[in-house]
Amino acid sequence: MSANFGVIVFPGSNCDHDAYHALAHVMNANAQFLWHKDTDLSSIDFLLVPGGFSYGDYLRSGAIARFSPIMQSVIEFANKGRPVLGVCNGFQILLEAGLLPGAMLHNEQLRFVCKQTYLRCETSDTMFTRTIDKGEVLEIPVAHGEGNYVTDEEQLKQLQDNDQVVFRYCNRSGETTEEANFNGSVDNIAGICNQQRNVLGMMPHPERAVESMLGSDDGKRIFESALHELASV
Amino acid sequence: MYKATVNVTLRKSILDPKGKAAHHALKDLGLTEVENVRIGKLIELNIDADNKDTAYDIAEDACTKLLANEVMEDFEITIQKN
Repeated sequence: MSANFGVIVFPGSNCDHDAYHALAHVMNANAQFLWHKDTDLSSIDFLLVPGGFSYGDYLRSGAIARFSPIMQSVIEFANKGRPVLGVCNGFQILLEAGLLPGAMLHNEQLRFVCKQTYLRCETSDTMFTRTIDKGEVLEIPVAHGEGNYVTDEEQLKQLQDNDQVVFRYCNRSGETTEEANFNGSVDNIAGICNQQRNVLGMMPHPERAVESMLGSDDGKRIFESALHELASV
Repeated sequence: MYKATVNVTLRKSILDPKGKAAHHALKDLGLTEVENVRIGKLIELNIDADNKDTAYDIAEDACTKLLANEVMEDFEITIQKN
């Protein structure tokens, strides 16, 4: 039986269809949309919380979506050790929900940044990166105004010590320079996982990098890794 | 009825990019006496409570659960009788 991917749709999500396209049409996986008022996740094996501007980013990005009916089920799903991937606004929602530590500030330069970026994979020890080597560089685009990841020093040390930093912004050769860290994130952080390693939040959009004709298909690597892992369970 | 005024500000340890940009603009306008700018949010709540303390507790609950993200923000509540 092949795995079922659920893509959550909040009012204001706008990367839900791209995520569905990547999963269903490119990866040939079973994918379905889940409305934010749904609460039954019993048929789902992998949850994707997509990007966008849920609830217009009112108050703070993700702050209102975090209280959507589906989120209680998402928290239970995650706490059972099942895989959850939050992309961009999805990452912000997972932070607000407390599934991942830290918070997001406005980009240091206060500009919305939409461009191709390079990410260095910092660990293969997650189901999302199992088939990606540590140190490998992926080219995946970003599109956000609030991706300046912030956390206190103690929490940052914990993330580093527990190998929870999954992706860092880097240059083409994989160096995590200040210049590559366009949004001002602490320690060039582009993506982190939780301590149990089943929840990944990342600002760059892997679902927008699944066809080489559109610039890069490096995003597929993350979905391939997840599919590989789900098939082996 | 009570009115709670909530001031949400970025924690002191956190660099405020919006405040920094506004500060630059004020300097460009010749207001060089302004030494620092921090930008936050002001939120007003009308609260149906029996007394001031209960109104405060409700406002505090609202802040910790939703209105402020304590990872990066502090909040201050003032209660007035409406």
